[in-house]
Amino acid sequence: MIVGDLKPIEEIETSIRGRTRVLVLGCRGCVTVCSTGGEKEVAVLASQLRIASRARREHREIREATVERQCDFEYVEPLLPEVEDVDVVLSLACGAGVQHVAEAAAGLQRPVQVMPAVNTTFLGAALEQGVWAERCQGCGDCVLEITGGICPIARCSKSLLNGPCGGSSGGKCEIDPEVDCGWQLIYDRLSALGKLENMSRVLPVRNWSTSRDGGPRKRVVEELRS
Amino acid sequence: MNSDTAVSDPYEPKVLAFCCRYCAYTAADLAGSMRLKYAPNVRVVHILCSGKIDTVFLLKAFEDGADAVYVAGCNIGDCHFLQGNLSAIRTVAYTKHLLAEIGLEPERLEFFHVAASEGPLFAQRADEMTERARRLGPNPLRKTMKQRAGGKLAREPDTHSPLPEAKLGRLIRHAERAEELRT
Repeated sequence: MIVGDLKPIEEIETSIRGRTRVLVLGCRGCVTVCSTGGEKEVAVLASQLRIASRARREHREIREATVERQCDFEYVEPLLPEVEDVDVVLSLACGAGVQHVAEAAAGLQRPVQVMPAVNTTFLGAALEQGVWAERCQGCGDCVLEITGGICPIARCSKSLLNGPCGGSSGGKCEIDPEVDCGWQLIYDRLSALGKLENMSRVLPVRNWSTSRDGGPRKRVVEELRS
Repeated sequence: MNSDTAVSDPYEPKVLAFCCRYCAYTAADLAGSMRLKYAPNVRVVHILCSGKIDTVFLLKAFEDGADAVYVAGCNIGDCHFLQGNLSAIRTVAYTKHLLAEIGLEPERLEFFHVAASEGPLFAQRADEMTERARRLGPNPLRKTMKQRAGGKLAREPDTHSPLPEAKLGRLIRHAERAEELRT
């Protein structure tokens, strides 16, 4: 899932300064699962903003709404009349959701600006309740079949394809003693799977154009298009 | 108390207490049975476990003008649902942090352990929290709420006229009260 962090409240307040009617908009997708931008987080942030503005004697109307997914137009469309009725939308979705709502809101008769309330951080998995860790960088050319299901791109600090480097010590990475060495994890996994021979495979120089180096990516499935 | 005196009265704190039914709420009952006197400013909200408390409820209480709020739950290890009180402690600590972020004193919110047998402790905590609210002064939101409500608190329970006599149980009472408030 996409994991995000709520921005500091001062930053959020600055982004909506001078706006009277604010719609705090949540998303029931990934940000709900990582407890950043779901219905409850919308209620908490809206309440915080209401308390802060009332304490400063500012008149501000804070509305709340949460849609199924902000990155799907079919869920955003029914909300547009409400968006048109406010001065600014504060979106708690990931960057994709914010941009999608922003595009729809900018096309309204009275264009409305959409502000992000979340810093989108990574594609990750939940390790335990309240803990998420990065697991994928969406590089567009998966090598997990060779590395025993542990991604060297996301979990090695240097994204080495032929590791480990000399900075691996005691199973930890040189950047931080708290960070596991990705290649140590791969070695341990391959040994458990009896596939240690994969370690001696030299992965060739990679074509990074499938990743961000190739510019913004797009996926088109012709059979699904209407 | 009528609305005129409510406006001219000096600051009288409104304290909200979320009490777990298995401990603090029973302790409140005990305090009553023991004829203990404690601050009348405390409004008790009965919850099934302190673990039910949510950041949203706590913030809403301050939004609606409470001067202080506390959650009272079981002693460590005594929770009827095993870990509800531990979860409540975390929720209260997190909400204190949220209040501090927006410039409201985190001391306005507290968590207390009160066992079912501790009626006197319940009374003591109620007094303590009321005293704390008195020291901290009114919730800054109260003034704006009063202004918007035309000099009265938006939700001033004491200004409601007494309930009409119940005819067919609770539902009728609510309907009648709603009707009365409308007129």
